[in-house]
Amino acid sequence: MPEKVVESFNVKHLSILDEKGVADESLMPSLSESDIKRMYELMVLSRVFDERALSLQREGRIGTYASILGQEASQIGSALSLQKSDRVFPSFREMGVYITMGYPMHMLYQYWSGDERGMKCPADLNIFPLCIPVGTQIPHAVGAGMAVKYRKEKVAVTAYFGDGGTSTGDFHEGLNIAGVFRLPVVFICQNNQRAISVPRETQSASKTLAQKAYSYGFHGIQVDGNDIFAVYKAVSDALIRARQGDGPTLIECFTYRISDHTTADDASRYRGKQEVEEWKPKDPIFRLRLFMSAKGIWTESYEKEIEEKSKEVVDKAVSVSESISPQLPKDMFLYTYEKLTQRQINEMGEL
Amino acid sequence: MPKCNMVSAINLALKEEMARDKDIIVMGEDVGKNGGVFRITEGLIEEFGPDRVIDTPLSESGIVGAGIGMAVYGLKPIVEIQFMGFIYPAIDQIFSHAGRIRNRTRGRFTCPIVIRTPYGAGIKAPDQHSESTEALFCHMPGLKVVVPSSPYNAKGLLISSIRDNDPVVFLESTRLYRLFKEEVPEGEYTIPLEKAQVAKEGKDVTVISWGSMLHKTFEAVEDIDAEVIDLMTLTPLDEETIYKSVKKTGRVVIVHEAPKTCGFGAEVSASISESTMLYLKAPIIRVTGYDVVMPLPKLEDYYMPTQGRIKKAVEEVMKY
Repeated sequence: MPEKVVESFNVKHLSILDEKGVADESLMPSLSESDIKRMYELMVLSRVFDERALSLQREGRIGTYASILGQEASQIGSALSLQKSDRVFPSFREMGVYITMGYPMHMLYQYWSGDERGMKCPADLNIFPLCIPVGTQIPHAVGAGMAVKYRKEKVAVTAYFGDGGTSTGDFHEGLNIAGVFRLPVVFICQNNQRAISVPRETQSASKTLAQKAYSYGFHGIQVDGNDIFAVYKAVSDALIRARQGDGPTLIECFTYRISDHTTADDASRYRGKQEVEEWKPKDPIFRLRLFMSAKGIWTESYEKEIEEKSKEVVDKAVSVSESISPQLPKDMFLYTYEKLTQRQINEMGEL
Repeated sequence: MPKCNMVSAINLALKEEMARDKDIIVMGEDVGKNGGVFRITEGLIEEFGPDRVIDTPLSESGIVGAGIGMAVYGLKPIVEIQFMGFIYPAIDQIFSHAGRIRNRTRGRFTCPIVIRTPYGAGIKAPDQHSESTEALFCHMPGLKVVVPSSPYNAKGLLISSIRDNDPVVFLESTRLYRLFKEEVPEGEYTIPLEKAQVAKEGKDVTVISWGSMLHKTFEAVEDIDAEVIDLMTLTPLDEETIYKSVKKTGRVVIVHEAPKTCGFGAEVSASISESTMLYLKAPIIRVTGYDVVMPLPKLEDYYMPTQGRIKKAVEEVMKY
């Protein structure tokens, strides 16, 4: 009996906008001039938000913060293709996703300052709170996908995680269940090359993270995560397939975390300056600016206007977050259970 | 009124509740075609179909995690973990998420999941199949831990657990599954959570227990005027019922199957000491499983509290 090939697959890498700002027109998603401007403006706004968060942390006005610097295209590009009715399960590094979905910015600062009221999602949005344990949000997205399928709703679900998340058991269990039941879930991996200090190659011996999808029986693709057009196209296509009942997709956004892991981390302990320098020209905002400039839709005055507008929005968010009345000590009891227990009532009396 | 054992009482509760509410989904390993390894979910897939009775991959963390995702979007998942010794891979989901979602989102999302699992020794099962580690779950705020002791209260407590808006860990003693039958009404009745029951009134000593140990307790105190309390819900704990009894009897014995160290008996004992110490006439004694790895079947009878050990503890507190 001769051996035969029983399964094979190819993993594609999608890239549309190169580092010089030149787009492959044959792959370009359908985007109007104002769509492209919106992409740009949201990336700038997210970066201004991020920069401010870092300085607020240094001033002691918020606690430990996880920067998104360098990952704006992966976050904004993916979130722009979401609808409000879609259900989103982020990790802890998705400020750009929250901002794009219209989550009140002051609440993000409120959360990072240590007030969990900042994670009370507005009623018209379906974005889950930040998930600090790595990868554990993946099965939640899968369960939400089961609920969507059971109710025959035309919505999709996304789970965001990093390269480290793909090493966890919950990644396997979640993707496995999603594959078995063909659930409407898009798994968005922001491969930012490191889980704190541990490099991507130590997370997995797979050549790509995207290829893991094929072992669960569905489609996976790697995209240039600093190319907002590629991210937008891959995620939009996957969300459409999900909403149509064509099952899950895994998208590996190949990107880079320029900052430290968090403000409590010092990345110089585990990575050289040269590596960071090599990634800087790939900056997603810079790249889109080159493209827009060539198309005549970017000017210095536009740039100035956008930066000023972003700063105003961020200033306002900071001042709103800092003017919110402080939590009362009793607030910590209020949402443990639907109703306070007798013991909690007694404990509150001790405050 | 039909006579039911605990298996058929729980099955009846599931059937009736699923018929009442189409958002209830039963999910787990072997719960569909096989009807569950203990046959708890028998007949459900025929009645409600594979969309509502879901045979999942072997995946404890995935099952509970997916159940959480369903629950936050309005379904009522009842997930089965086949044995309590297999729940540990899912503990991260239960601790890190199920019990915290309401708080983390200030009530925007809640997690009304029921996690059913058989627990305990006494059926000659293999390694890891006879665990009784309820105290782990009792320690985590945001969870409710319910342990029925009879077919009647299993049905009533399960219906209450299903209708509860918080996550419930529902522990079913494997030894009680088919130990005896009692009358279990068809149709709706509920037993409230967070309430203990005075299962037998008495005035000399209060014996506190739950789940399978309750029956050994009854046998042990046959000749004594003991008040027996069945906690039924461990957390949140019904302290009022306990203290009322302690004030009456002044003597306490606590009986549980789990190991003694950090077992839930320690919590009950400490609470009694804090609140009703001046009513006590004797030290509080715990009769528990030993601080050992749960043995394989040949030694399990030596591990579990016996009628004799309970009797001796009661005699001990009566000496004071």
